[in-house]
Amino acid sequence: MNIPANLKYSKTDEWFDPTTGAMGLTDYAQEQLSDIVFVEILLSVGETVKDGQPAASVESVKAAAETYTAVSGKVSEINEALADSPEILNSDPFGAGWMVKIEGGDASGLMDADKYEKYCAERSH
Amino acid sequence: MTYIPHSPKERDAMLATIGVKNLEDLFKDIPAKHRFPDLDLPPALTEMEAAAELAGYADANETTQSFVSFLGAGAYNHYIPAAIDHILRRGEFYTAYTPYQPEISQGTLQAIFEYQSMMTLLTGMEVSNASHYDGATAVAEAANMAYAQFRGKRTRMVISPTVNPQYRETLRTYTQGMGLTLAGDDTRANLDGGPETIEKLIDENTALVIVQYPDYFGRIYDYTRLADAVHAAGALFCVTANPTALAILKTPGEMGADIVVGEGQPLGIPLSFGGPYLGFFTTQKKYIHKMAGRLVGETVDNRGQRAFVLTLTAREQHIKRERATSNICSNQGLLALASAVYLSLLGQTGFRQVAELCYHKAHYAAEQISKLKGYHLCFDTPFFHEFSVCCPKPVAEINAHLLEHGILGGYDLGQDYPALKDHMLIAVTEMNTREEIDLLVEILEEVSHD
Repeated sequence: MNIPANLKYSKTDEWFDPTTGAMGLTDYAQEQLSDIVFVEILLSVGETVKDGQPAASVESVKAAAETYTAVSGKVSEINEALADSPEILNSDPFGAGWMVKIEGGDASGLMDADKYEKYCAERSH
Repeated sequence: MTYIPHSPKERDAMLATIGVKNLEDLFKDIPAKHRFPDLDLPPALTEMEAAAELAGYADANETTQSFVSFLGAGAYNHYIPAAIDHILRRGEFYTAYTPYQPEISQGTLQAIFEYQSMMTLLTGMEVSNASHYDGATAVAEAANMAYAQFRGKRTRMVISPTVNPQYRETLRTYTQGMGLTLAGDDTRANLDGGPETIEKLIDENTALVIVQYPDYFGRIYDYTRLADAVHAAGALFCVTANPTALAILKTPGEMGADIVVGEGQPLGIPLSFGGPYLGFFTTQKKYIHKMAGRLVGETVDNRGQRAFVLTLTAREQHIKRERATSNICSNQGLLALASAVYLSLLGQTGFRQVAELCYHKAHYAAEQISKLKGYHLCFDTPFFHEFSVCCPKPVAEINAHLLEHGILGGYDLGQDYPALKDHMLIAVTEMNTREEIDLLVEILEEVSHD
């Protein structure tokens, strides 16, 4: 399982990049969901969001899940490519699979990679 | 073999787990006097007596077999080939539900797949679900879909007053508590106007516009311009259509509809005093994730053979829970099969012939009736197999007279539209012979003299 050290993580399995403001679904989450067939971003550019609010609705062949905003701030960009190619979330969750970019986000409440790795390990039992 | 699934031992174990001593304790919150009320039942009958009694009740019903029927208004008397019932009664099909381990029932899934394919052909759309309960609930599911499509941010829906009153009532029931405004749902509105009157009701907050095709009074409009206006406002356009009419008319898909729904009863399903019927629901591929209901797809199995699956189920309520478009994914499996068999038996040519017979016979009837003194057609808009007639007397009075001659007259529109007092909606199908139509005309004339 891939957990990049430069990112921050939420308890609901989102990653957040403090340098770019991008956020998405972790490798752990995409693996749990299996093949993702549909993504709908529930936010619009310019919208002010609070951390923990629904950001995207994700459907896989066996499950449906909601992705939540990892931080509070202002939505600056949305990854339009996901609507047509939701499978990117499976193949490249930390790269091309970014969902939205949030400006002015404070990552201090999030876990670092080490902590998130332990958090995932705890749940896999 | 016992049909009680739990042994006393298992039951005791379950009671012990939840900390209850015996079964009776589970009911202790219900006042004792209400627990086992005395049922006032007559003495038991033998099978022979019961059969005679039930036959007596059945005889009290009058059916279209003993009458000549000109009654439509949403349910139509068509010929049903005998082979349909024969196939429906096969044990493999005789269950109303898509099984919850669906892929084991390849035959059921294939039947639904064929049904879906035919419905998309008829409506001119890209996708069909496995069906809903009836036309009314299919309309309501269109509203659910539009609501979900705009994530609840558009709160106005426009429905034409010339959509079947029962569909509008069901829509009101389904949407109560959703914070929606229904515009156009006013039977006192001007009913002479065409789609232009609906156009004026659309605004930027409108999620969905619903019209009927042909409308409740039988009128045919080309909704292309209306569809453009709906799309210009960013809203979705839903047409509820009569499937028989679609055999010869321009499809709603060609007019630009986003959702086409309707009552599937005319497709080989008996009138049966109002149900069970079949709601068909078709839409464009881009809305598939917001569509309610089950969906069967075609695939290949691990040996490369053609196979059928329930697909995109994650959007359904048993997985997506409260975020699903609808809390209903039941379909009318058996009746969807009936309509698939009906369409297969008739084929494109046969089905077209049914529609043409309906059209020509209805136009013959309309022409004859409009020649009668005191009667005239209410609208001069083109119609399919149903038309509205202004009568010289109350419809109930005329119908009572027709009934004496073994004729079920048309629908009394005054019941639903105060302005249409003494207006009768007459439906003519391939089942009505020329002699029957002539008899209807003769008696209508007779009544006007009385």
